[in-house]
Amino acid sequence: MIKRLLGCLFLLAIATTASAAFDIGQLMGDLARHKGGKAKFVEKKYFAILDKPVVATGEMTYTAPDRLEKRTLTPKVETMILDKDILSIERDKQKLSINLANQPEALAFVDSIRGTLSGNRAALEKNYALHLAGNRDKWVLTLLPSDQKIASLVQRITVSGSKNQVRVIEYLQADGDRAVLNIDPVETQ
Amino acid sequence: MTRPATRAFLLWLLAMAAGALVVWHSRFSADMSFFLPARPSAEQQVLVDQLKEGVVSRLLMVAVEGGDPAGRAAASRQLRARLGALPEFVSVQNGESGSQDADRDFLFAHRYLLSPAVTPARFTEEGLRAAVANSIDLLASPAGLMLKPLLPRDPTGELVEMIAGLNAGAQPNVRDGVWASRDGERAMLLIQTAALGSDTDGQERAIGLIRSTFAALAPAGELRLQLSGPGLFAVKSRTTIQHEVSRLTLISTLAIVAVLFFVYRSPRLMTLGLLPVVSGALAGIVAVSLAYGTVFGITVGFGSALIGEAVDYSIYYFVQSGRLGVDPWRARFWPTIRLGVLTSVGGFAALLFSGFPGLAQLGLYALSGVLTAALVTRYILPPLAGSDIRLRDLSHFGPVLKRGIALLQVLRWPVLALTVAAAILLAVNRDHLWHPNLSALSTVSAEDGAIDQALRADISAPDARYMVVITAADRESALQAAERAGEQLDGLIATGLIGGYDSPARFLPSAARQAERRASLPPTTELQPRLKAALADSPLAAHKLGGFLADLEQTRLHGHIDRATLDGTGLALAVDSLLLQRSTGWSVLLPLRPPGGEQGVDIAIEPVRAALAGSGALFVDMKHEFDTLYNDYLDEATLLSLAGFVAIVGLLATTLRSARRLGRLLLPLLASVALVIASLHLAGEQLHLLHLIGMLLIVAVGSNYALFFDHAGQTGELDDATLVSMVVANLTTAIGFGTLALSDVPVLHAVGATVGPGAILALLLAACFVSRPEQA
Repeated sequence: MIKRLLGCLFLLAIATTASAAFDIGQLMGDLARHKGGKAKFVEKKYFAILDKPVVATGEMTYTAPDRLEKRTLTPKVETMILDKDILSIERDKQKLSINLANQPEALAFVDSIRGTLSGNRAALEKNYALHLAGNRDKWVLTLLPSDQKIASLVQRITVSGSKNQVRVIEYLQADGDRAVLNIDPVETQ
Repeated sequence: MTRPATRAFLLWLLAMAAGALVVWHSRFSADMSFFLPARPSAEQQVLVDQLKEGVVSRLLMVAVEGGDPAGRAAASRQLRARLGALPEFVSVQNGESGSQDADRDFLFAHRYLLSPAVTPARFTEEGLRAAVANSIDLLASPAGLMLKPLLPRDPTGELVEMIAGLNAGAQPNVRDGVWASRDGERAMLLIQTAALGSDTDGQERAIGLIRSTFAALAPAGELRLQLSGPGLFAVKSRTTIQHEVSRLTLISTLAIVAVLFFVYRSPRLMTLGLLPVVSGALAGIVAVSLAYGTVFGITVGFGSALIGEAVDYSIYYFVQSGRLGVDPWRARFWPTIRLGVLTSVGGFAALLFSGFPGLAQLGLYALSGVLTAALVTRYILPPLAGSDIRLRDLSHFGPVLKRGIALLQVLRWPVLALTVAAAILLAVNRDHLWHPNLSALSTVSAEDGAIDQALRADISAPDARYMVVITAADRESALQAAERAGEQLDGLIATGLIGGYDSPARFLPSAARQAERRASLPPTTELQPRLKAALADSPLAAHKLGGFLADLEQTRLHGHIDRATLDGTGLALAVDSLLLQRSTGWSVLLPLRPPGGEQGVDIAIEPVRAALAGSGALFVDMKHEFDTLYNDYLDEATLLSLAGFVAIVGLLATTLRSARRLGRLLLPLLASVALVIASLHLAGEQLHLLHLIGMLLIVAVGSNYALFFDHAGQTGELDDATLVSMVVANLTTAIGFGTLALSDVPVLHAVGATVGPGAILALLLAACFVSRPEQA
């Protein structure tokens, strides 16, 4: 009995240690195991100049490790595809392709999403200082840009989620405007 | 010296002095006008103007390679800073941030005069609501970051409307803040020279400046500079031609002098023998200079062939008259030589009618050269040489040569069979014989062409293939016409037929269009209530848009753009290159961009022509014009060669008055042409129009030898001296033309590779088919 109790205590101890020690490495490992999937999103952008947030909804598809497709359905159809370093935007029959390799600041910005989705810690730490809070079921990862050039665009990026699924990404821009992207997976894998 | 000799010599000296004077004042050129049409069509005129002074002809692409990215970027910035300050350069671009600030400021400041979206409807309540809603949508898009600070002053998004029409094409890569190649390993710059594309000296100076500036700022040798562009091609081509002219002339002169010395063994005779040659070469340049004003370098390069041809006459004279004396020589041989001269002249004269200026010059040069050389031989040489023509005895060659002829005659049937085989080969492959375009004549080496292609792709430099051209009496009507054509072109963009276009009216609208747009802007008192109503439900509050109202009112009352407003921006350059003042008025160029993507890199010509029909605008596809130009040249050269051939045949027919003799004369010439062309084809050489001219020259030059055999066949004697003189003359002609085959200049190479071997073959085959003296 005592033996059993001890055993339980021991297990509990291990469990709490594990929980307390839920670290960036583990989160990254979880995220890296996520091979992709489809999700609905609701994006709210708050601008100082506008009295109300601009809301966009649509679907996004992530295919590990470096393809992300974001299809906005409302208020206006727009497709954005990030494939490796090429960002393509299609809107009103207009197509635009940007090679992000030419724009290091934009690349760093994009790397924050891509690095998080693919669990690529090295890529994230190249441009951001990482802080993790919470546990495996409910974690919040904060990215603070370490490079001045990136900091002039974005103050802070907060990614929160559960297990290997990213749920919310919030960008706080340098001028105080912010965007909140809520992700709701359609099918979990 | 005897009295007639002195008189002849003085006369000759006087003529030579006058000629030298003309040559001294002649303008020599080694530029592309050699290839440009003498009588251009309207489309070809656009092509010519673009090649001579168009913006693309003044662009130089520069790559800095080696070292590390930071070092390359620093070199690129310094190069831009230093070259940009020099008057030799109109613009130096390297993609540096800040370099386009002036342009953006201009566009923003004048947005209500420049934006194609400015119409009365735009500023109604409905129009404002739609435009602002669209701007807010854009704010939420990836482009939002850039637009956000502008929104309070530009809520209707006019800047976006303007930028949408600009070059959406591929932009160069950027590394460390400056343009880089696709692989990122080279920093790229795009430089526009002040010197016109046709100003080869100016281009050379500009290229020299770029190189020396680079050498001064990157002396370590880690970084290397690569450069290409039409200017460099022009400079290189000129250097090649200049180098070739002296090299070819030297080779052919030395070889011919060696042959003459071997034959004459007398410095005096050799000097005398060169007299007609020098006279002919000088006369050729004088004639061209007087007729055309400018002498092309390639024409002078042709001199090496002329030397070989012109020296023949003195060889005939010395070798043949040595035994006979002057008067019997004139009686016996001069008529044959004269006929030979006339056939040569007939061949060259056909070229005079060419619309390809280079070809016409070559014709005039060779014609006057040959004629002068023959006349000097006939009238000046005998009195100068006197009767003292002591030649070493060459008669022991006679029997050897006759044995050779006997051997050749045995080969008649095999030669005929070979000729038939050659003719069949050519007939079967007739579609693959010819080089398809003008690049066949270009002196640009394959290596330089590859570098140019690579740089062009790396920097996405414009190739300006498609162009709409409009002419008008004054600037205002030119701009209005450009705006009308632009509306037609907008329709083509919507249907996906073209990808886009550039227009000077985009940055400098016509006064009429500016007035129209000003009239579309409502006064603040009207605009304010409309804005308030339009934005009632919008997240953007109307009271935040004070800047918008102020800017619009400012433009409504005082907005005005003229050419001077553009000063200091890169757009001024764009406008100046697309809106040109000419002696006859103004012309506007609207370069079109192909649709790209799946629609491909070509523009369908007919729909564009149809859309522009009736507007007076001319649509030009430069590549098509180049190809047409070349095909026109080729067709014309074919026609001229045939005409020349017919003239030669006519000349021979009237003189010989015997179909049998004519046939015997022409057979070896035509067989030579067939064999030479078939061999060139088998050797992998693609034929172009100068090969065609070469064929005519085989007949024109080769007939000289055939005529001697014909003469011998008639008189029943073929004396050793005549035979030796023919062989020596043939040798010098082959050397003269053959030297051209060594040339890197395709125009000269083609003539040399055709006529050099052709002349020898003509002699051999003439010997092969001559009627046997013993039978005659």
